[in-house]
This record gives sequence, structure tokens and C-alpha cells, in this order.
Amino acid sequence: MGSLGERTAVLGVGQTEYRATRGDVSIAGLVREAALRALDDARCTWLDIDAVVIGKAPDFFEGLMMPELFLADALGCAGKPILRVHTAGSVGGSTALVAASLIRSRVHRRVLTLGFEKQSESNATWALSLPQPFSVSINAGAGGYFSPIIRQYMARSGAPELVGCMVAFKDRRQALLNPYAHLHQPDLTFDQVVEAPMLWDPIRFSETCPSSDGACAMVLGDEAAGDASEVPVAWVHGTAMRSEGNNFPGRDEVSPQASRDCAADVYAQASITNPRAEIDAVEIYVPFSWYEPMWLESLGFAEPDQGWRMVEDGSTALDGGDLPVNCSGGVLSSNPIGASGMIRFAEAALQVRGMAGDHQVDGARRALGHAYGGGAQYYAMWVVGADKP
Amino acid sequence: MTLGWSAVREVAVVSSAVHQVEALTFTPDVQLMVPLVNAAREAVGITQDDVDFTCSGSSDFLAGQAFSFVQTLDAVGAVPPISESHVEMDGAFALYEAWVKIQTGEAEVALVYSYGKSSPGSRRDVLAAQLDPYVVGPLWPDAHAVAALQARVVLESGAATPEDLAAVAARSQRKAVGNPNALRASADATVDGVLAEPVVTDPLRPSDLAAEADGGCAMVLAAGDRARALCERPAWITGIDHRIDPQALGLRDLARAPSAAMAAERAGAAGDRIDVAELHVASTAQAIVLSGELGLTDDVEVDPSGGSLAGDVLMAAGLVRIAEVARRISSGTADRGLAHASSGPCLQQNLVCIMEGE
Repeated sequence: MGSLGERTAVLGVGQTEYRATRGDVSIAGLVREAALRALDDARCTWLDIDAVVIGKAPDFFEGLMMPELFLADALGCAGKPILRVHTAGSVGGSTALVAASLIRSRVHRRVLTLGFEKQSESNATWALSLPQPFSVSINAGAGGYFSPIIRQYMARSGAPELVGCMVAFKDRRQALLNPYAHLHQPDLTFDQVVEAPMLWDPIRFSETCPSSDGACAMVLGDEAAGDASEVPVAWVHGTAMRSEGNNFPGRDEVSPQASRDCAADVYAQASITNPRAEIDAVEIYVPFSWYEPMWLESLGFAEPDQGWRMVEDGSTALDGGDLPVNCSGGVLSSNPIGASGMIRFAEAALQVRGMAGDHQVDGARRALGHAYGGGAQYYAMWVVGADKP
Repeated sequence: MTLGWSAVREVAVVSSAVHQVEALTFTPDVQLMVPLVNAAREAVGITQDDVDFTCSGSSDFLAGQAFSFVQTLDAVGAVPPISESHVEMDGAFALYEAWVKIQTGEAEVALVYSYGKSSPGSRRDVLAAQLDPYVVGPLWPDAHAVAALQARVVLESGAATPEDLAAVAARSQRKAVGNPNALRASADATVDGVLAEPVVTDPLRPSDLAAEADGGCAMVLAAGDRARALCERPAWITGIDHRIDPQALGLRDLARAPSAAMAAERAGAAGDRIDVAELHVASTAQAIVLSGELGLTDDVEVDPSGGSLAGDVLMAAGLVRIAEVARRISSGTADRGLAHASSGPCLQQNLVCIMEGE
């Protein structure tokens, strides 16, 4: 990154177990669980934290308006600044980036950032389907919105029908190596993935993300804090956010310009010219299986219309691939929506810290964290590395 | 630990546009914001291509729709794609995020906007959804009841009398005369007139409660010489800080707002004399609390626009306070001003922005 700003390090990561229902904790208990684990990992206490940046998806998902007000206490915020970010599905990523900007600007030295969702407290389908004046709801959900775009990708790339199933099977296998993952299906077979009910053609039930409760937190620090850390840190090599309108003539919905611009920006900051060769691990936001090959192309890991070949030849698998994608099991295995983007960013950091446990990519030095949201309109990305930039 | 102000980059408010009325019944949010965003950009002769970072604030609970801000993005024109962020907070906090972004060196010019429409629903009831969802929210104490609880504590603490509250209300109404965005203005407003009003929620009368409005605000920020080139007299942000207190009403002394005092101190409010201050309050009692916490002396002109008591757009009222102070500095009627924004029940979260002319 440029010489103007402060170097930023990920000092600690904390995650809750992701489950369909975390009935054992309140919302405050859930976020505190992730925050305390991040503080422990960073060898910090609440007193070391200057500010908190929290993100989550729509407030209707818990029926709690601006929950940071209620949660300030649980997050040790009395007398501190707290910011609440909301940028649709990319929110977990953009929340981390706002926190990083507080370090980079030298406004603060240590910032706690956290994303969460407790979908079991409310009803996401209700929250997404509130009637609006003068507009007809199609009640199709996110799958109904994205399935025509996936069809468009399949048509223009000529990808075989079962590539999506391959992605889903890979991510569910990799989730078995991540104790925090929501879906643990040790007996799942590829045939079961293929034979699952079709929800929104071409998206099968087995190719969609679950609905999860969970929280993910990180402690970010300045250069001095990173240098002083007793445990390995991840250094931030680049950060970028982009947004574009939902509807305009000529919009490429399969590989939106905002996605390509965002990737170009973050690679330029990290001095990356050949992402496939220079990045060792990737955590991308894949709520529906087909988004893995689509984003591989948009992010420059594959030529246009060729991303599906990387899936088919196993390049994106932790076991034997040269560009392991979503070793944590990804969004397809855990989806606490407001945290899902931050989990991608945090898992990228864990990889370059060498702390990803059983789903560690051997020798990972640089990793990409990615999140998107809205009608594939909102993007947040960061590149983190084991070496100080 | 927070670093000293010596590290900060000069940032100024160079233009703003505000619109607030009682109800925008047939105006969607995006339609409300198109003219305001255009006005703020055109006032300094820029287009979206000149904007390095855009940040907005709004609430899904007001819009009655999840991801409501996605549609409002069309008011900016995010084609080609832009670097952009959104907070589910008052626009004053969006301004803070933009200020931070400029501090990183990654942006020179930023667009900030926020908006809210209370009229489609019952705002006083909606705000109960901000409270502890397990032990307070289910009792559904509405916003007027919570404000009255605080006002009662303020009166019983001896910090103010009912006449003092009425004086704040009457002052707001008199000053609001001439403000086209004010909903409640009267050149003849008096303490006796306010005290003659029936009590709505004891001890508060209608004039003690902020006048609910629909509307929005857009603003352009710029750094250093860029600001000087865009604006004859930029309103330089010489200090900005925000802090929060725990929410639980029973754990707080509601006659105090420690986070407001901290934010004012960290923003350097006491560094020099303050000509004008604009306060974001839900009630007259909150204005009394803030006057103490912010250290406002008798020579400070408080709420020259009438303040949020005269017109309160939920999610934008804090940003509007910044716009009102910046406008007075740019026009030369003030040299140094304080703008305050708040969020949550009983002044739980507070932001203080100090602006100065050159």
C-alpha cells in the first residue's frame, strides 16, 4: 500500500461455532463470545481496544433496530467510539475495512471489529419480503434473484451442468476440517448433492448456503502492535470497496464492473500482477455454488468463461489444488449473513498466520478475502500477507 | 490510546443541502435525495467523477424494507462504480467515516448524505425497537415515555425547572423563524405560552419534543487546498469525536451524558470560544443536559436554526446540525462552531464536530 497510511496488522481472530440456532446465548452473549476469543488470540484485554466497528445485515433479521446501541455494553464500549456498518451482503468485509481505515488513518491504534447474525431470533424470509407500496414482491428470495444470472453464466461459458455440484461437494468436504462450520456432513456423497431437490433451477438445495447464527471478530492494530505481537500476525497489503447501481443499460451481471474494478484496485495496492501465481489461498463469498467459477473469472484467477475448468480439474480444492478456495467450507457451509464477509476476511488472515488448523494451506504467504452483496453490486476485498508490506 | 490532533489532515465542509418537511408522502427516498445530492455537488462545481469516496446513513426500520439504502444509491449515480460505504446510523457518523477515509490519504473529496421518513409509521413506537430486546423492548416503552423519564430525572436533579424547559422550547421556536426547513417556528413564542400547552407525556409538552420531520441532507467534504479551491470560506473540521454510553436506562444517571462530555473534550471544544452550537436533541430536557456536558457558556448562540426541536429528521438530524454550523462559518457569520449529533435513547451516543473558518 502507499506510504501515506499506517501499516495495519490483524492481531487476533475469534469465531463462534456457527449453528442453525444458538439458543444458549442472547445476541449480546453471541457477540461477546466472538469478541473475547479475538481478544484472547490477540493477547489483548478490553482496555487495549480504542474503538469498535460492528456490522450486520438488515436489522429486521433480529427485529432489533440499530443493535449496536444495545450491544455497546457487551462489547466493552462504555466511553468508546462504536460505528455500525451496513452494506448488504458485503457488510462483514466492509466492516473490517472501516476498522482498518481507523488504523491506517492513525486515528486509533487497536480496533475491535465484529460481524454477526442471529437469524433464529427472527425470520429472514419475512424480513426480506415486507410489502412495499407501489411494487409487487416476487417473493423469490436471493436464489430466485441469482439463478437467472447463473443461467447466463452457464450459457456464455458452456460450463457443464454439474460444476455447481462439484463446488458444493468440495466446500462441504472442506467444512469437515473446520470445527466452527455449521454444516458437518461426513457421509455426504457427490450423488446426494446431485440428487438434491431443485430449488431455483439451476440451483439445487445442496448448492445453497445454510441459515446460521454466529459471530466473527478481529482485533486490528498498527505497525507497532503488529511488531510487538507474540503470535503471528497478518499484514494488510491492500483494501478496496466498490459499489454500482442495480440497473443500467449494458450492465454485466455475471462479472460486474464493480467487482473487476475492486479486484484491480486491491491487487495494485498489493503489487500483484498475476493473482493465480501470487496468491496462495482464497476465501470468496459463494452463497450459491456457481459463484465460485464466476468469481474466479471476475477476480482474475481464470480467463473469462474458463473458471469452471479450475473447479473441474480440482485446482480449487485444498487437497491437491494450486489455488485452494474456501478451505473453511465457505458460505456454503456457514452463513451468519452479517458475519459471512468478515469470516472470509478472518479466514484469509488465519491462513497467512499459519493458524487455520486442519484446513491450513501449507506455506500460505498471501491470501484474498472477498465479500459481495446487494444484486451483486457491493464489493469489499482485502489482501493479507505473512510479510510486512 | 488515541493519537493527538497533530497527525490529522485538514478537512472541510465545502457545501451542503438540506430539505425537511412534515411528510413526504408520495416521495420515495431516492427521489428525495436526487435534488439534494445534485445541489451539494453543483454548489462546488463537481460531478460524481470528482468524488473519491461516498458514504451514507439511513435506517431500514424507517424505510420498512431490508437493504433499503441499495435503491437510494441510484440518487448518486454509481455508474461507473464508486468507492462507497453505508452506516445504519445518523449521517453525522457517515461524515465521520468519510473524514477517516480522507485521513488515510486515499480520498480528497467525499460525498456524504443521509435521509429518513418517519411519517409512514409511528416513530415513537418504532424507536422502542432500539431497546434491550429481552427485558425492555417487550414492554414497548415508546420514545416519548423514555424522553419523559429522562426529563423527570433532570427536573428532580435540580438542574432545571419546568420554566427552563419551556424557555428552551420558546427559544427554538423564535430562532426557527426564517429557517425554511423548520416545522415549528413562531416569533411570538413565550415561556408562558409553552407552559399553557397540555402535557403529552408528563412532564413533557408538545413543544418539549422534537418536531418529527421527513427529509434528508447531502454534503461535500474536501481536504486541504482542494477545499480552498472549491469554496471561498470552507468550514474546517478542527476536531471530531464520538463516544457511547451503555444503554441500560436503570444503570445510567439520565441527567448526565458522559459520552457527550468525552466527545466534546476529545474534539477540542474548550480550545477556544464557540460562536454557535447546534444540538441534536429529542427533548428540551436533553438540551439542558447537553449544555452542561458540552460546556456551553451563556455567550454561545445555541440552535440558531431552531435546532432539531424545530425539525428532526431521524437519521439525518445530526448531519443537518453539521450543515447548519458549516453554513454559518462559510457565510462568515460565525468563526467557530460546535455541531452535535446523538443516537439511541436518552443521549446514549454522542458525536461532536468542531468547525472553524480561516
